[in-house]
Amino acid sequence: MKILVTVKEVATVEDEFEIDGTAIDERFLGADLNEWDDYAIEAAVQLQEDGIADEVVTVTIGPEDAEQTIRQALAKGADRAIRVWDDALADVDLLDVGAKTELLQAVVEDEDPDLVLTGVQSGDDSFGATGVSLADAIDTQWAAVVNDLEVDPDAGTASVHRELEGGVEELTEIDLPAVLTIQTGINEPRYASLRGIRQAQRKPLDHQTLADLGVDDGAVDGDLELTDMYEPETETDVTVFEGSAEETAGDLADLLREKGVEA
Amino acid sequence: MSDVLAIADHRRGELRDVSYELLTAGRDLADETGGDLHVAVVSGPVDEYAEKLDREGVDAVHTVDYGEEFNHDVYTQAITQLYDALAPQYVLAPNSVNGLDYAPAVANRLDLPLVTDVVDLAVDGDALVATREMYGGKVETTTELAADAAAVTIRSGEWPAAEGTGDATVEAFDVDIDEDAIGSTVTGFEEVAGGDVDITDADVLVSVGRGIDEEENLELIFDLAEAMDATVSSSRPIVDNGWLPPNRQVGQSGKVVTPDVYVAIGISGAVQHVAGMKGSETIVAINTDPNAPIMDIADYAIHDDLFDVVPALTEEFQ
Ligand SMILES: Cc1cc2nc3c(=O)[nH]c(=O)nc-3n(C[C@H](O)[C@H](O)[C@H](O)COP(=O)(O)OP(=O)(O)OC[C@H]3O[C@@H](n4cnc5c(N)ncnc54)[C@H](O)[C@@H]3O)c2cc1C
Ligand SMILES: Nc1ncnc2c1ncn2[C@@H]1O[C@H](COP(=O)(O)O)[C@@H](O)[C@H]1O
Repeated sequence: MKILVTVKEVATVEDEFEIDGTAIDERFLGADLNEWDDYAIEAAVQLQEDGIADEVVTVTIGPEDAEQTIRQALAKGADRAIRVWDDALADVDLLDVGAKTELLQAVVEDEDPDLVLTGVQSGDDSFGATGVSLADAIDTQWAAVVNDLEVDPDAGTASVHRELEGGVEELTEIDLPAVLTIQTGINEPRYASLRGIRQAQRKPLDHQTLADLGVDDGAVDGDLELTDMYEPETETDVTVFEGSAEETAGDLADLLREKGVEA
Repeated sequence: MSDVLAIADHRRGELRDVSYELLTAGRDLADETGGDLHVAVVSGPVDEYAEKLDREGVDAVHTVDYGEEFNHDVYTQAITQLYDALAPQYVLAPNSVNGLDYAPAVANRLDLPLVTDVVDLAVDGDALVATREMYGGKVETTTELAADAAAVTIRSGEWPAAEGTGDATVEAFDVDIDEDAIGSTVTGFEEVAGGDVDITDADVLVSVGRGIDEEENLELIFDLAEAMDATVSSSRPIVDNGWLPPNRQVGQSGKVVTPDVYVAIGISGAVQHVAGMKGSETIVAINTDPNAPIMDIADYAIHDDLFDVVPALTEEFQ
């Protein structure tokens, strides 16, 4: 059984930042492996260790800089990686779900995996939608927000728990192949070992352009255009206590006593 | 083509609150497009639901009487058929866990652009303008969809619930479900373990997030809680890491709490966390990041290192 894991390098923002037009000024941005995808990688690697999967491949839509994040996934145990990038993508502000679906669909058609694992959402633009959209595009089953997974390769099914709101989980059986969007907490993502990090340097990481995938340039334009970005308004009149930790703690203690908190 | 089709959300025999918020969002949008508001309710006791959904501003309720519980294959088929029959301009779904299990599939199947987790909607000429957050709530953005039709999921708690009684037509929609295309079966539900501590009972919660860094450091928080005679709760990563049991988790997938005082320590205030604590009487945030989203709902704040402030605060109460 072959597993494809979608892995995104997300942008992280420093505490203090400035907005430049419709984007955060690059000086205040960092990059990281998407938190949810870390759990998806772990789920795939565990299925491999359990002898259920025989190959774990990752796919990332991202520029060359994203390779350090992709190597992290390889260091954690994925066998090889695909990176999709093209000049046509460099000019796109916000790659929407439809565009990502077309690109990932082309990769799935080449790779023909039995299981695709994505994260529930990306930590930066948080559409929370790419996995389920992809499932429909490739005409397979799916389950969103999975926090427990058992795969039965002989029966060709997966039993999952879908984490609903308010501490309720839905127990669902689905046919394979399928796309599952993985929720944090499903497992304990490992840290890459030194050996893993060394091995990752030698694992295949293929770059694919739109032409390689047979996808039209127009596919990535999408229908969504980012027109504004700003800091949200505060909803409350927040009182900020200033001073040293002793001073602010003292002020807060006074307030809390006023509110009835007592030792 | 100027109508709006909103899809109700329900679970285990009850409509969820976001369904009534969808009616308000849908009515506002239909007013801007000059169209009607259609509401669909799929599966479960649909007639009973339809009666409840017939609130002010709703023009028509379409019931799809097929199965009891949510099944994404049934939803996807029913909604695409409703779309073909009604030809609405916009499809509105909740950004709930179930909404995210069918809306992207519906959008893909109907070739509609999709925008999710929207907190505000407007129409500007031919474009739909959606407001949404990015970077875990650190910024808000507006996004324009130039397409003449779209699928949108809305965040719960952003629109007021529709009220009153409407005079909508209620019609049973004649759906044609292809059973062979149903590849998923819901076999049951499970409630996540209760445990001995009920954080929903506490008057004062000292709540800890990822800012605490290491499991050992939780001691600082328990010391403070003991000194203040408060209960300890947490954000999700603390529970995901196995540092605290699930019954301590505040938020969308944890508990909804409404204490007199909620002290958020090293918690950024992601929407799924805020969903569980925004009803607290007084919210205090201790966070090094003055731009953390928690500051937008806090009443009192300290922009400082928790490792300095928490021990000092504990001392105040000893
Ligand atoms: C479907 C779904 C359901 C979810 N359900 C829930 C839920 O029920 N509950 C929940 O909480 N989350 C939930 N989440 C996760 C949510 O999106 C966030 O990832 C999570 O709330 C972040 O937790 P946090 O604030 O502790 O961590 P972070 O967002 O990482 O924030 C840590 C904060 O600590 C601050 N900090 C760091 N160091 C210090 C220091 N030394 N002193 C002071 N401050 C410091 C940082 O500035 C930052 O603001 C859900 C997500 C999804 C997709
Ligand atoms: N650029 C990308 N490259 C690879 N995978 C992605 C990309 N964007 C999103 N994904 C996957 O889709 C999931 C959901 O993302 P989103 O729908 O953008 O919130 C993420 O957790 C990733 O697994």
